[in-house]
Amino acid sequence: MARTRTPGRGGRTGSPLTPYLFLAPYLALFVAFVAFPAVYGLWISLHDWDYMMSSQRFLGLQNYTDLLDPASVVFRDFWNGMGNTLLFTVVSVPFLLVLPLLLALLLQQKFPGRTFFRAMFFAPYVLGVAVIGLMWRYLLDGNFGLVNAYLGTDISWTTSQPWAWVSLVGVTVWWTLGFNAVIFLAGLGDIPTEHYEAAALDGAGWWASFVHVTLPGLRPVMIFVVVITVLASANMFGQSYLITQGGPSQSTQTAIMVITDLGLSRYQMGAAAAQSYLLALFLAVVSIANFWLMRDKDAAEQAKALRAQRRRGGGADGHTPGSSDPQVPATPASLGTVR
Amino acid sequence: MRRAARNPLLWVVLTLLSVVFVGPIAAMLLTSLKPTAEAQSADPGLLPGEITFRAYEVLFTSADNPVLRWFLNSMLAATAHALLVVLTASLAGYALARMDFPGKNLMFGVIISTMFVPGFIFLMPNFLTLDRLGWLDTLAAIVVPGAAGAFGVFFMRQFFLSLPKEFEESARIDGAGPFTTFFRIMLPNATPALVTLLVLSFLANWNDFIWPLYVLFNDARLTLPIGLSKLQGAYTIDYPVIMAGAVIASLPVLLLYVFVQRYVIDGVATSGVKG
Repeated sequence: MARTRTPGRGGRTGSPLTPYLFLAPYLALFVAFVAFPAVYGLWISLHDWDYMMSSQRFLGLQNYTDLLDPASVVFRDFWNGMGNTLLFTVVSVPFLLVLPLLLALLLQQKFPGRTFFRAMFFAPYVLGVAVIGLMWRYLLDGNFGLVNAYLGTDISWTTSQPWAWVSLVGVTVWWTLGFNAVIFLAGLGDIPTEHYEAAALDGAGWWASFVHVTLPGLRPVMIFVVVITVLASANMFGQSYLITQGGPSQSTQTAIMVITDLGLSRYQMGAAAAQSYLLALFLAVVSIANFWLMRDKDAAEQAKALRAQRRRGGGADGHTPGSSDPQVPATPASLGTVR
Repeated sequence: MRRAARNPLLWVVLTLLSVVFVGPIAAMLLTSLKPTAEAQSADPGLLPGEITFRAYEVLFTSADNPVLRWFLNSMLAATAHALLVVLTASLAGYALARMDFPGKNLMFGVIISTMFVPGFIFLMPNFLTLDRLGWLDTLAAIVVPGAAGAFGVFFMRQFFLSLPKEFEESARIDGAGPFTTFFRIMLPNATPALVTLLVLSFLANWNDFIWPLYVLFNDARLTLPIGLSKLQGAYTIDYPVIMAGAVIASLPVLLLYVFVQRYVIDGVATSGVKG
């Protein structure tokens, strides 16, 4: 295979500037709306910033210290929002991992119509939060909602606790379960059949092969799903905004609702920016912890496999995990490094 | 591949689940065709006893709620956004996949790492940027900032990595420059990836809620999701009208989904596995 790399210079690949010309349109957007605001936001958070005013008073870290001071005006709302967001995340994430995985295991089997069923389960996800919010606001209506009519209950799903949380978690699971299931399904498809055959030869039953083949094989995909599901749950906004309006008595007001209300409705942007960075810091810690917890074992296992391979005088397939062939698309194993 | 399942229980379970997943969507559609009194009776059935298009008439003739205008705004914004993403992401993804230049790995690393940065930290600073650009309350506010997301670049780079090098080699022999090669040879060969990215970007923009909620103000400028949330306030006691609004917002994406379902699902699957 002659896969010679032509350097940017010389030849007819164009000038050394060519790659930058290709990148320029995207980079302009990236700098303006991602890189610059990431820093600018920090700057804003150090001020008493109201964009309606002509000058912004510098406060130093006061917007941050206010968040830790129970006597400040922002304290109660912020931590109420953080607590609610934490509650929602802790309750919804397990459902959004276990149920999609079970569904993926069902759909992984070969049977006529599996594409059709996959499409059915994914359907809610293509609808926007505005649509599903309004739809469920009606279905969950305490007086004439279909949910009460079908269950034969008389529950105020959106205006009393714990039912408001049950509703929000339920709607979110219904809405996004198909998304995670599709990712799990792709991950299941990438587990080599030989691993299952080897397990079967060893006399492993369904449960044993699930625990010893499926789960370890899914680990990289699982890391990805855990991280994005936690991030998505912590970002919850529209469901609460539309279905419970943050109620009853602010008990379902999420952190993002608190931040946007403060920063974009009341224009106290400095304080709101500080809150958004503190929340982002929490999420970064959680994400890194997730990667670290799940990646550690992965690396250990890879090292073990490598050692075993070396003992066998391996590398027979010519594809060691370390090979840096640029033609090979990132596989699940490289997830940890690509991120 | 597993053996073909012969267990009828599997079908029963999957069919029941399908009802759970699609039933609410059907209920939304059916409710929009009911008279208000029927939808809001103590014991509403699923099927309308009497079919009426009154809810749609109310919506399309309401002066306060220009639903048709919202629909057009959303259509324009989502289309422009999707085209912008596909163009900028394929150019950048191609350079990152197939060209060598100093700083490439660092640049790719920085861009990709932002996929895990929560979007809400950009709300305040980007609002101020739009204010300075004079873009608040315009469609540009909906079209442009979201196109800076890293997913498209990542997605297109992965696809271009999978194409054989021979494409460029034969183009070079024919004397084609890098831009001719890209637009005449690489892009046409990337059609499946381009369609997937186009559809995913369209869906994301059509459904976007939090950003347009805060950067659009005038009734005539709103996108459909934001207009709908306003409807909820205006027709609190008329569910068929609100459901009709939700149906109007769902139809384009559901139709798109029916026709390009495979692209959507494959795109999502790829994001995880190759992520």
